[in-house]
Amino acid sequence: MIKRIHTPLTGEKSKTLSVGDYVYITGTIYTARDAAHKRMQETLDAGNNLPIDLNDNIIYYMGPSPAREGRPIGSAGPTTASRMDKYAPGLLDLGLKGMIGKGKRSKEVLDAVVRNGGVYFAAVGGAGALLSKAIQKAEVVAYEDLGTEAIHRLEVVDFPVIVVADASGNNLYETAVKEFAVNEV
Amino acid sequence: MRTINVKDITQNIKEMCIEANYFLSEDMDNAMKHAGKTEKSPLGCQILAQLQENLQIASEERIPICQDTGMAVVFLEVGQGVYFEGGSLTKAVNEGVRQGYEEGFLRKSVVKDPLIRENTGDNTPAVVHYDIVEGDLVTITVAPKGFGSENMSRIFMLKPADGAEGVKRAILTAVKDAGPNACPPMVIGVGIGGTFEKCALMAKKALTRPVNSHSSIAYVSEMEEELLNKINGLGIGPAGLGGTTTALAVNIETYPTHIAGLPVAVNICCHVNRHVVRTI
Repeated sequence: MIKRIHTPLTGEKSKTLSVGDYVYITGTIYTARDAAHKRMQETLDAGNNLPIDLNDNIIYYMGPSPAREGRPIGSAGPTTASRMDKYAPGLLDLGLKGMIGKGKRSKEVLDAVVRNGGVYFAAVGGAGALLSKAIQKAEVVAYEDLGTEAIHRLEVVDFPVIVVADASGNNLYETAVKEFAVNEV
Repeated sequence: MRTINVKDITQNIKEMCIEANYFLSEDMDNAMKHAGKTEKSPLGCQILAQLQENLQIASEERIPICQDTGMAVVFLEVGQGVYFEGGSLTKAVNEGVRQGYEEGFLRKSVVKDPLIRENTGDNTPAVVHYDIVEGDLVTITVAPKGFGSENMSRIFMLKPADGAEGVKRAILTAVKDAGPNACPPMVIGVGIGGTFEKCALMAKKALTRPVNSHSSIAYVSEMEEELLNKINGLGIGPAGLGGTTTALAVNIETYPTHIAGLPVAVNICCHVNRHVVRTI
């Protein structure tokens, strides 16, 4: 089903999303990938506050290519989400509601999605030029020294994603593959 | 003896890094278009259509096809009759990568040390493979490699008794485990034989072979076709969201090996399988 949501992604809104939904997101989302997650975890471990408010927010696992003059951002597609599995359950427990990436997640992350009424979206991997068109504004808000891996605040309009894991514990990567499998390894 | 100034190498590498990241090669482009016509899953078709649109935007607006513009892998086949003047050849290659990634607005994705992980800021160094061949020409292949798929690549040191069935099972296992992480539809580069490092290098080189080509060895060519059918029967599909297009090609290279071994390397590439070749 095609759905449109505006951020913040409240628990009420995320409850309406199910696997297979094609969702267009409009509003503010934040980027963070490997190095930013590591640093956020170190910040939390030291008992300090994170540079962004996670509550009802969405993190996009993405590190853009440089923007040409006059453009908000370069190519901007998702990176593999499983590298953030170590950190994601803790962030979900702190209020993070949505994650955008690509690829399989660990059981711990899927459990944390259910426990917190969150959602894991996939953006199409390798479609960075197309996805960049849905980003109207990009601004580094933390960890500038990490370059492409810095935390960026993005203003997106109709950013296209697909729900692959929902709060009811469904996982599209498992069910969709079974539908088309005609042989095993 | 033919003299080539290394400045020519720098200039070519620079242009090739940029070209590879904005434009898919003709063989890949055709394979992607063909997949859009044969895919059975409606969502899979929608994803393949998005990827077509993505390619169009990338080439028209000069935005990299994918934000992961890769670590630059460079193959240099150097004729033994060539003399390079003007400085170090390897430095000239890296200078080409530095200029290409800067001028082309490509992402700098290389860290100086695998554990300390500080970005080098210019995407160098490249991974350079030299091969000395007959003649006085230089063939350069630039293949920027993204790591979503690189991370899903595998090496298997099989036993001779595992035979062809063992090889096929290893390749299918690698692809199944890669699943959605490697950004399907994928291209599967395989090296069979040689030593530990030789088969890995063959697997990488196999990815630079056009996807519409087959091995010149009959049984290998048959294996490529059989594996492609089986891989597409795994159901993974475009973006791993189910479908009949999981891979566009299986390219296998082989080499003599030791009486005690059967090494198999599987280098997986996403649908942005970049390779630009020039001969100078």
